[in-house]
Amino acid sequence: MSNDKTLTKRRGFLKASLAVGTGVSGALTSNSASAQSNTFLEIDPWTKTQGATFVNPPYGLPSKYEKEVVRRLPNPAPIFLTASRTPIQNLHGIITPNGLHFERHHAGVPDINPDQHRLVVHGLVDRPMIFSMENIMRFPSESKIYFMECSGNSAAELKRSANNTAQQIHGLISCCEWTGVRVSTLLQECGIKPQATWVLAEGADGAAMTRSIPLSKMLDDAILAYAQNGEMLRAEQGYPLRLFLPSYEGNMSIKWLRRLKLGTEPWQTREETSAYTDLRENGKALQFTFKMEVKSVITQPSGMMKLKSKGFYEISGIAWSGNGKIRRVEVSTDAGKTWQEAMLQEPVMDKSLVRFRYPWVWDGAPAVLMSRAVDTSGDVQPTMEALIKTKSANTFYHNNAIQPWRVAANGEVTNGR
Amino acid sequence: MDAKYYYRSSGLFAIIGLLVACSNTPYVTGKVGLGTPISEGQIQKWNIDVGPSGAGLPVGSGSVAAGEILFQQVCANCHGDKGQGVLSNRLVGGGGLNTGSPVKTVGSYWPYATTIFDYIKRAMPHHSPQSLSDDQVYASTAYILYMNKIIDKNAVMDAKTLPLVKMPNRDGFIPIMR
Repeated sequence: MSNDKTLTKRRGFLKASLAVGTGVSGALTSNSASAQSNTFLEIDPWTKTQGATFVNPPYGLPSKYEKEVVRRLPNPAPIFLTASRTPIQNLHGIITPNGLHFERHHAGVPDINPDQHRLVVHGLVDRPMIFSMENIMRFPSESKIYFMECSGNSAAELKRSANNTAQQIHGLISCCEWTGVRVSTLLQECGIKPQATWVLAEGADGAAMTRSIPLSKMLDDAILAYAQNGEMLRAEQGYPLRLFLPSYEGNMSIKWLRRLKLGTEPWQTREETSAYTDLRENGKALQFTFKMEVKSVITQPSGMMKLKSKGFYEISGIAWSGNGKIRRVEVSTDAGKTWQEAMLQEPVMDKSLVRFRYPWVWDGAPAVLMSRAVDTSGDVQPTMEALIKTKSANTFYHNNAIQPWRVAANGEVTNGR
Repeated sequence: MDAKYYYRSSGLFAIIGLLVACSNTPYVTGKVGLGTPISEGQIQKWNIDVGPSGAGLPVGSGSVAAGEILFQQVCANCHGDKGQGVLSNRLVGGGGLNTGSPVKTVGSYWPYATTIFDYIKRAMPHHSPQSLSDDQVYASTAYILYMNKIIDKNAVMDAKTLPLVKMPNRDGFIPIMR
């Protein structure tokens, strides 16, 4: 704790120290277990030969030494698979690589040739229209960095400490740059009848997945996305076309989008009645809880990692809020007794992940690490106890509670739920 | 094809209200002349959604008896011969929802009978979605409702009767809309 206080006595000092790279590191070197080596360096074999050739392979892959950094299924995997999770504990910054974006499918991944894909817009419009991908990609476009979170992220923890790693617990979160056409642009092409208030979005997959979406959201910031992090969508992210609804439950961003129908009321589809509704203690369920709420999680160090020695560690993690921007993230190393403000990595963007960092010197004693995010609307990330009290452990969806990581004296980090 | 689009859109482009430099507003406003008109008749095979008032329900009908035969042949393998759930979701029973471990089924949780038709028609059976006839979808819907003791053994479901079925948990949802 004394180390903590030294490091974060004043926020100004902290920021200045990190910015110039002095002070903090100077204070830590005496305490860190730097490698003492008596060996003399030899020239490495890879330095004494030509390396591998170009375009090997043409579409580049991660280093073979990173082969453990992959999406993972729940263990044990259910008979009907529902989701794979992003290895957030192995990622840096805020962008999720396309090959690591979590998956949630309701009938697997369809194989769609973009030349054969089309989008129909009909219902309460002046002119029902059909659009080819060639049409859609000629419209005025935009690129935005947004987070996407499955509303079932972290669900199992509501009842008990159910999993071990950040990936297993919170891996249904990602953040990408999405490129496409504003839904408002396309709807304008068809003309919106004045009585329209809701839009049904439908996928071309084997679930013909549907959700009802308020027209106001569609006209606000919704995108018909065809690209992700600079390349066309991955098949599992809806290739060749998906809806993207910033800040809303991930399932509403319908993939393999084939149809938009304008109407006057929600359709009460299976995915907005029997699923994705939030059951309360009294047996009533909240419906149309669209926005994903303020949340953060420490990703380094996190569950199943091991601190090798006492000394300096950068506590780092991700924060996000469907309400807008993250205003502040606080970190506690004493199970929530005291909190210190973390540094937010600029740019802090609307409805995007933000990376937070906090310098910490581990003194070798047991500790409990937590992060707590506050957004620009003033919402504060709740403790699990507070969340269960207001939402109920039966809610299943929308768990945005604080995640504690327990650090044992031997350095092992475990789920502190 | 390309040339046609080019001339059409270049003609329209002249009348577009242009370039608003606000990050939350598209930078081009007005029509650009892309896409092709389509009639509701052409969309028919895709236009399968059913609303809570019954809007979109097709002609056809299905009885509990016909549904039982179909269910045992096509659905029971995953959902169990009594809808008790085997490989996939339980459809029947479940009881009250205000307990420590609520069981959500069609009978205990689903607020609208129309949703059963909509979902079976678009997504079931799991191994061959959108393969059932409308009569078969009505029949399997009827049988699931019957197993949940919501409709009578002699009931027949069609576009008129299905929207009138009141589900036990019809009033169990509070819309939040945010």
